[in-house]
Amino acid sequence: MAVITYREALRAAMREELQRDENVVVMGEEVAQFNGAYKVTEGLLKEFGPKRVVDTPISEAGFIGLGIGASMLGIRPVMELMFWSFSYVAFDQIVNNAGNIRYMSGGLINCPIVIRGPGNGGTNVGATHSHTPEAILASHPGIKVVCPATPYDAKGLMKAAIRDNDPVYVMENTILYNDKGEVPEEDYIVPLGVADVKRVGTDLTIVAHGRAVITSLKAAEILEKEHGVSVEVVDLRSIRPLDEETILASVRKTHRALLVEENKPFCGVDAQVAYIIQAKAFDDLDAPIGRVSSIDAPQIYCKRMEDEQLPHAARVVAAALKVLA
Amino acid sequence: MAKPAVLTHPESLKKPAGPSEFAKHPVNAALSKAEKVALYTKMARIRHFEQRCIRTYQQGKIGGFLHLYVGQEAVAAGTISLLGKHDHIITGYRDHGHGLMVGMSMNECMAELTGKVTGCSQGKGGSMHYFAPDKNYWGGHGIVGGQAPLGTGLAYAVKYKGLKGCCLAYMGDGAVNQGAVHEAYNLAALWDLPMIFVIENNGYSMGTSQERSTAHPGCLAKRAEGYGMAWDVINGHDVYEVRAKTDAAVKRAHEESKPTVLEIFTYRYFGHSMADPDKTYRDKEEIKGYRENKDPVLLFENELLDEGVLTPATRDAINEAAMAEADVAAVFAEESPDPTVADITKHIYWEEDNRGPNSTSRGTIIFE
Repeated sequence: MAVITYREALRAAMREELQRDENVVVMGEEVAQFNGAYKVTEGLLKEFGPKRVVDTPISEAGFIGLGIGASMLGIRPVMELMFWSFSYVAFDQIVNNAGNIRYMSGGLINCPIVIRGPGNGGTNVGATHSHTPEAILASHPGIKVVCPATPYDAKGLMKAAIRDNDPVYVMENTILYNDKGEVPEEDYIVPLGVADVKRVGTDLTIVAHGRAVITSLKAAEILEKEHGVSVEVVDLRSIRPLDEETILASVRKTHRALLVEENKPFCGVDAQVAYIIQAKAFDDLDAPIGRVSSIDAPQIYCKRMEDEQLPHAARVVAAALKVLA
Repeated sequence: MAKPAVLTHPESLKKPAGPSEFAKHPVNAALSKAEKVALYTKMARIRHFEQRCIRTYQQGKIGGFLHLYVGQEAVAAGTISLLGKHDHIITGYRDHGHGLMVGMSMNECMAELTGKVTGCSQGKGGSMHYFAPDKNYWGGHGIVGGQAPLGTGLAYAVKYKGLKGCCLAYMGDGAVNQGAVHEAYNLAALWDLPMIFVIENNGYSMGTSQERSTAHPGCLAKRAEGYGMAWDVINGHDVYEVRAKTDAAVKRAHEESKPTVLEIFTYRYFGHSMADPDKTYRDKEEIKGYRENKDPVLLFENELLDEGVLTPATRDAINEAAMAEADVAAVFAEESPDPTVADITKHIYWEEDNRGPNSTSRGTIIFE
């Protein structure tokens, strides 16, 4: 297996799907000539030409809506948002149109569109560019949301998303773009809705997604070395659909759960996960469910404080010890 | 680029003195008698369907919003009568006329209004959300202007596939101030898409007149010039004129892959929706004036009577048949079953409705 970056894994997924299906189009601001604001699409214009890799004006409601319309006629657009924060100016298209058309047409229409881009804080760019809208979007039936944490999952989930016949929103993370990992060279997908146990343990289950998985794995190392605690880390990978069974199986084994995410706490993804655990594994719990989210404020600009605002290993360790007490 | 004189509503209230100056336009001259009768029949069917809807609504059988197309029939009829295999349409929430024009049945349209499972969207869309993709009709959209980017995407797909076709995206005069419409204009012009934006200008965005909603209210189509697009204004009470001028835009799309903005002057006889008592923002005399002098169905009827295409007897038979068809649809809707509770969670995801060994999705996707 080759060791490549998260960024290269995303690019490989798009390249392979562009080769596989002539209806796949990559579209977005700066994706072609500029080679991508974050270089995820670097080289694709040269390889596939301007019909398949298309620069758009800064006009999210327009070009995302255009992609949704094209998808109704069988084009499979992979639309880049430079930041998921910019989805807010295209919210009507992303939610009302992509998310509702199949339903409102009684199943006559489907929208095989992928919208992808970074949806994360932690990059010192202030509140307007640091949103993590996975919970907001996943709360709408009709929409699918995935948040890969590793290069392997980034490629497999992206390929599954492009082949999926529903709108799939892929939330990447700029801080992970240079992370390296083993990625098979042969064709594979990671189906949506399948969580992955990233670390096996017996004393505590940590449920996380996106970069919070990486943070939780660091915390698990510390908990084992310094506190002799065996932590299992469940990476959701997919928010909607959600792999309830893997979460519940882990909690039934460890009897304790800590939920970690980079969202703000109110109505975050983990609010739903906590509900599911208490509803379906209440008798298996030996302690109340713990939770670590971003500190509940708009994203602060000051880098030192933003690093405090986001979940970090020390906060996860402290919260874990509370659940284990 | 066409720069015709600007029409405004009060000035256009005179009854036409003679036959339409567009009756002999090639696209109209090419119509056989049977085709003219068919076009008139479709307009009459829209009229009678909508009027039957009022009764059904007043009987309490239609919920939600009901936006009627009465008075605007020549717009959908004239434009859609020109379209072929690779031409697509999409519109806003005043969508019944377009549905009937593309060939949706009165039964499925009426049943959708009453929320029945036999409706075109199985009772999941309602009045504002008609769809018939098998007839190139992509809705029926509830948010003002939100359909403009979607329609631009349909035109993009037609061009991407190398087909000779286009997309007509209809909107009201209120939609021209929405950002999504301007973004769609820019993309259609920037990428030379075979796109026709049709502004159905009935003079009022809900209860706000054009003068009170829109800067430079004299001509909405002219905004196309800001995007280097062709534009035209059309008297939407004359179906021959609608056909003649829309034909030029369709040719521009088909032959040159260039977009056009058409502003079609029209008028609605009833309130914005049935929830609008229509007492505060316009004069009863104004409505009367349009009904008496500008009614698109009557004007076309008179043309065809003068041409000898219709006789009073054939006219009456067509209208009686349309009324009877609407009555049958009302009964059909009445007798049709509701969707079930189990139906609420169907048609959300393609992958859920079609799960198989090769599905790209697993896990829980519908939550308790």
